[in-house]
Amino acid sequence: MSNTILIEKDKKNTGKEKPAAKRGKYAKGAEITGAQAVVEALIAENVTDFFGYPGGAIMPIYDALYDYMDTLNHVLVRHEQGSIHAAQGYARTSGEVGVVFATSGPGATNLVTGLADAQIDSTPVVCITGQVFASLLGTDAFQETDVINITAPITKWNYQITDATEIPAVLAKAFYIARSGRPGPVLVDITKNAQVQKFTYPGYKLCNHIRSYRPKPNIREEYIKEAADLINAAERPFVIFGQGVILGKAEKEFQHFIEKGGLPAAWTVLGLSALPTDHELNVGMLGMHGNYGPNVLTNECDVLIAVGMRFDDRVTGRLDKYARQAKVIHLDIDPAEIDKNVQSTVPVWGDCKETLPLLTALIWQKQHTEWLQRFKEMRKQEEEVVINDELNPQGEIMTMGEVIRVLNEICGGDAVIVTDVGQHQMVTCRYAKFNHSKSNVTSGGLGTMGFALPAAIGAKFGAPDREVVAIIGDGGFQMTLQELGTIMQTGIKVKIIILNNNFLGMVRQWQQLFNDRRYSFVNITSPDFVTLAKAYDIEATSISKREHLKAAIETMMNHDGAYLLEVIVGKENNVFPMVPQGCGVAEIRLK
Amino acid sequence: MKQEYTITVYTENHIGLLNRIAIMFSRRKINIESLNTSPSEIEGIHRFTIVINEAEDVVKKLVRQIEKQVEVLKAYYNTNDEIVWQQLALYKMSTDKVIADVKVERLLRKYGARAVVIRKDYTVFETTGHREEIDKLTEVLGSLGLIEFVRSARVAIINASSGFYEKLQEFEAEKPGEEIVENEFLDKQDEVFSM
Ligand SMILES: Cc1ncc(C[n+]2csc(CCOP(=O)(O)OP(=O)(O)O)c2C)c(N)n1
Repeated sequence: MSNTILIEKDKKNTGKEKPAAKRGKYAKGAEITGAQAVVEALIAENVTDFFGYPGGAIMPIYDALYDYMDTLNHVLVRHEQGSIHAAQGYARTSGEVGVVFATSGPGATNLVTGLADAQIDSTPVVCITGQVFASLLGTDAFQETDVINITAPITKWNYQITDATEIPAVLAKAFYIARSGRPGPVLVDITKNAQVQKFTYPGYKLCNHIRSYRPKPNIREEYIKEAADLINAAERPFVIFGQGVILGKAEKEFQHFIEKGGLPAAWTVLGLSALPTDHELNVGMLGMHGNYGPNVLTNECDVLIAVGMRFDDRVTGRLDKYARQAKVIHLDIDPAEIDKNVQSTVPVWGDCKETLPLLTALIWQKQHTEWLQRFKEMRKQEEEVVINDELNPQGEIMTMGEVIRVLNEICGGDAVIVTDVGQHQMVTCRYAKFNHSKSNVTSGGLGTMGFALPAAIGAKFGAPDREVVAIIGDGGFQMTLQELGTIMQTGIKVKIIILNNNFLGMVRQWQQLFNDRRYSFVNITSPDFVTLAKAYDIEATSISKREHLKAAIETMMNHDGAYLLEVIVGKENNVFPMVPQGCGVAEIRLK
Repeated sequence: MKQEYTITVYTENHIGLLNRIAIMFSRRKINIESLNTSPSEIEGIHRFTIVINEAEDVVKKLVRQIEKQVEVLKAYYNTNDEIVWQQLALYKMSTDKVIADVKVERLLRKYGARAVVIRKDYTVFETTGHREEIDKLTEVLGSLGLIEFVRSARVAIINASSGFYEKLQEFEAEKPGEEIVENEFLDKQDEVFSM
């Protein structure tokens, strides 16, 4: 390993300290280049760690960055897809905007998957891409791509800058749009001439108002009142919550709300960790591979209270068989979500950080012991048929569930858990224990395989004092494994568990259940993951026996550095329960 | 039930917004019958008029999505009886034909068409009206030597609207909300939460 890599490793394993004071280099009135204004904007927005990859069209910005090495931590990834997933992981654990730099053409197109992912999962990200000189736009110049139009449907906002004087105001707007209201990804494309152009720096003014943009709808008191009346009259109220609680930083407000009303609450995959696993009103996971009780009882509750969630089809199953009996109260910051999939009885527009306390003040202190008992009984049934065998299997071969159980025992629910997409993701979401919010990082809406490894890197930069454990399938790991190089170079201490079932497990499960076991191209071979990790100077072990599991996870967690643990699990295990496609939530199958 | 809806969108003047709005229709495989962009009653604010044939439920959801775009100030949708609308059509005919055939002249008069250009070789007529009338005239002229035809997009005025001035003032006045650190109820926990 070269010397420079070692130096970087020593220096940058936990990311930069948050700057105590702004450390910009240029005051208002200075003659600076557009590129310098870009970097000044990052400083002004309190960016500390960000992710990127250089190239021709963004070189002036990278040149400007050279002078800010001591204030900004730019993480060099191995592929631009890795940079945006890392920025997403960063945003999810830190609650701040993730930032990405990429060059024009292929650099920008490599961001597309991540932008789509951030858009559907409402993750605040600002991507800055280089673009060819403005005079060359539309000429098929080298590495010219129409990035603005390619990314229009997958960004909350995007903009092309062709003149340096636009840079401070546009970037201020970009950060404001990305983080306010319902967050989302923003892309700013900057032509090279604007980057090199000198102009008189007007200073940087944070943006907090755009006249055509209303991040938060006005709260309508009458709906709060109506919602409270419904809840007070309910015998079987049921709360379902999503990431809105986390994005709104309303975890406390949410907890007070359900505690006062004695309301059982179930979560979507993205809402996971907003409420501690052990909370007595936490009744589990919704949706296709969610828990038995929450799914079945969705169709028995009398009032369904949805908080910061969007009734995704993976949560609702067939809509015409979804909660038809219930009165529906929907709290959401995005008016377009109300009545989009499920017709609400009472729409409660607004930021749940504001609406929940208003509602809490009006609802009665109550307990719904019998109703809660129904969830507990169904939990028992699920334990007997599914959970016990998954967590404490009798067979010789390990299950994914028991790996998570042991991880829970060792981390105690304090780690950030990052998952990829597939069976391991569903198993981890079902069984991982969480004590703290912003601890579950996964690609929910887009289901992007390859998300976890780069997202875990970003998650650790976003929460440097916490343990970050990535749980990844053998298939998904091979989609972005080049980011092991980023781990090597930064020395970032992420823990990686590959749950290797030698299959593209989730697809195989569907082929088994719905395509008569016709295993069409789901049999995937893998490299020797341990040798691979070692090639990147990352400690690694592989285990296949239960008696080694606990010690192996302990060794991984105690290791002072990144670590990769491969666990060989059952090849043809399935994730249950399951709401088969085209079925209602109450038709959930336990086996 | 599907029927004709006219969607009116007030927007900032922003390059790329036309595409952002158009792809919201194509993504849902909704055919745009007509689309017009123009200035509005307020300087600097643009007005899109879009006609589609869809069920109200679909239109309502679509309009909410359109309103979500950062540069969109407001979007409305209306049925035909809630608006006054017009379209413009231009017809190019051979001047000889027009002179020779009295039928043509009669037709043009019946439909209120007027000549905008008369040359030796051709004449251009213009009519304004609803699409059905324009279509009818086009159909008959078709058999009488119509050389070229073009119809503009619909422009529409909303009967019940009192213009956008007030709304705009509301938007401009809307001060950014105070950053909430903790809400008032959490500070007064003992009073609000009795558990
Ligand atoms: C980029 C991408 N391509 C394809 C898919 C479809 N897909 C969903 S799950 C899955 C299998 C994942 O296999 P693996 O990573 O081994 O995890 P497992 O299900 O075995 O836990 C596939 C191919 C996807 N979600 N993302």
